[in-house]
Amino acid sequence: MSITFHPLGEAAVKVSFHQAVSPSLNNIIKAFCTNISLKDRGIIEWVPAYDSVTVYYDPWIFTYQQMTELLNEIALKTEQKPSNSKTIVTIPTLYGGEYGPDLEELAETKKLKTEDVISIHTDADYLVNMIGFLPGFPYLSGLDEKISMARLEEPRQAVPAGSVGIAGSQTGIYPLESPGGWNLIGRTPLRLYDLENENPFLLEQGDYLQFKSITKEEFEQIKREIDEGTYKLERKEETK
Amino acid sequence: MKLFSVEKPGLYTTYQDLGRIGFMKFGVPTSGALDRFALEVGNILVGNERGATGLEVTMQGPELIARETFVMAVTGGDLSPMINGKRIPLWKSVLVKKGQVLEFGKPRQGVRAYITISGGFEAKEYMGSTSVYEPAGLGRRLQARDELFGNPKQPKTGTGLFYTEIPEYDRDIEVRVVKGPHHEQISDSVVEAFFSSTHEVSPQSNRMGYRLSSELETNHDGDVISDAVPIGGIQLPGNGQPIILLADRQTTGGYTRIGTVIGPDLPLIAQLPPGGTIRFKEVSVEEAQEAAIQLERKLRIWSRMT
Repeated sequence: MSITFHPLGEAAVKVSFHQAVSPSLNNIIKAFCTNISLKDRGIIEWVPAYDSVTVYYDPWIFTYQQMTELLNEIALKTEQKPSNSKTIVTIPTLYGGEYGPDLEELAETKKLKTEDVISIHTDADYLVNMIGFLPGFPYLSGLDEKISMARLEEPRQAVPAGSVGIAGSQTGIYPLESPGGWNLIGRTPLRLYDLENENPFLLEQGDYLQFKSITKEEFEQIKREIDEGTYKLERKEETK
Repeated sequence: MKLFSVEKPGLYTTYQDLGRIGFMKFGVPTSGALDRFALEVGNILVGNERGATGLEVTMQGPELIARETFVMAVTGGDLSPMINGKRIPLWKSVLVKKGQVLEFGKPRQGVRAYITISGGFEAKEYMGSTSVYEPAGLGRRLQARDELFGNPKQPKTGTGLFYTEIPEYDRDIEVRVVKGPHHEQISDSVVEAFFSSTHEVSPQSNRMGYRLSSELETNHDGDVISDAVPIGGIQLPGNGQPIILLADRQTTGGYTRIGTVIGPDLPLIAQLPPGGTIRFKEVSVEEAQEAAIQLERKLRIWSRMT
C-alpha cells in the first residue's frame, strides 16, 4: 500500500491512499482507522474519507515526523487483515407523494415509471464511504446511473430530516432539517442523528445501506416504535 | 446556584469550552471558543481548569444581573465591560456582588470577549462538551430571562495577566500558514498571489468561517475528492474567494485547500471585524509545532501559578 502524508497545520495530518475510490479501499481505510483507535496517547481523533484519513494529534506528544512514522507502521500492519464481511442496514422508505415530491419529475425526465425508479433505488447496496457535511450524513456510492439526476436549480429552504434524495450520481439521506438542493424521492422514519440516543448516530463509515419501500401505515408504525424506543433496526452481517 | 439572570442576551452569546472531541468522524464539528487563548487565560485567572465553560460574547455584549457574589474575569476583545456602569479591567479577576449588573458598551478592540467565572458555568453537556452548536441542536444562544448557574469557589481577585502577554487584537494581521494539502492543484502564480496579497474580511464571517473578499484569478476547477477539513483550513474554490474555516465549520468538504492557519494564530482571526485585513505567511510544519509548544508551555506554567 502506498500512502503519503500531508501536514494540516501543527496538529493534523492527512494520510492519502493513492488508489481509486472503491469498496476495497473503503475496507482498507476502515481497518486502518481501527488500528489507529488502539493507540490511545497523543492521537486525538480521526476522520475517514473517500481516499484519505485525517488524523488529529497532540503536537505536545508527537512531532510531525514521529506521527508519520507511527502511521506508516500502522499502515504496514493494516494491509495484512482485509475484512470479508459487510454490515447491511435496512432503510425503510416511503417513496413519492408529499414525502418524495421530486419522484415523478425524476421518473419523467428519465423516461421511467415511478415504480421503476423505486425498484432501481431499492435494488442496490449503497456503501457509506464517509460521514460528514452534517452530523450523521452518509456520503453514499452505488447509485444506478439510470436514476441519476442533477441537483435542483433552486435549493429548498428547508428539507425535512429523513428525506431521501438524489443529486448527480449520489443518493443520500438528510439527518436533520436543513436547506438543500437534492431531488427528494422519499422519506425514512429512521433518525440518522438522534440526540435522545446514547449513540446519536445510526451509521458509520463502511456500512452498506439497502432501501426498502414501505407504505404510509408502515411509516407511521415505525415512527411510533422509534418514539417509544421499541423499534428494532434491521442490521445484518453478510459474508462477501 | 443561580449566578446570573439574563436581562439582555447580546448579539450572539453562547457557552463554549475547548470543543467537542471525538465526533468529527460522525460529522459533528468541534465548536469551542473561537479565541481559545482568551478562554483558557480567563479560566486560569479565576482558578479553573483551562477548559471550563465560559461565555463567548460577540460584538454586542449581554446584560447580566448577578444573583450571588463571586469572582469572574472578562478576557479577549475589549467590548467595554462594565459593572454597574463602571469600566472593569480586562484580563483580571474581579469580584461581582449580588445585585450588580455586568454589561458591555462599545466594541473598542476585537469582536469576541469571554466571561469566565470561578468554578465555571454549569451548562448542559452534549457528547462531552458544553460548546453550543445550534444547527445540530447542541444547546442554544442566550435568551432574555435565562438563568445561569454555577458553583463558585472563592479564589482571590486581582489576578491578572502580565501586560506584555496581553494580545493586541490588531485590525490588520499576519498569520502563519502551513501550505497544502491541495496546493499542487492550484497554479504557482495563484499560490504566490495568495501569499503576497492583503485580504479583506467580508461581512459574511461567523463562527463557521471567515470569508475574504479578495478575488484571486484562479484557473483550477476548485473541486477535490471530499476530505476532512481542519479548523484553520483555507478553502480556495474556483471563484477565487478564500474562506478560512473555523470551529463551527462542516467537518468535511470538497473544495481545494491552499493551506491551514496554525492554531496559535487563530485567535487573531477570531477577533477580526469585517473590513479587517489578513496577510498570510508560509511556515514549515516544524515551525508551526514549535509555536504551538511554546504557547502550551506558557499556559501550563500560568495554570500552576494560580
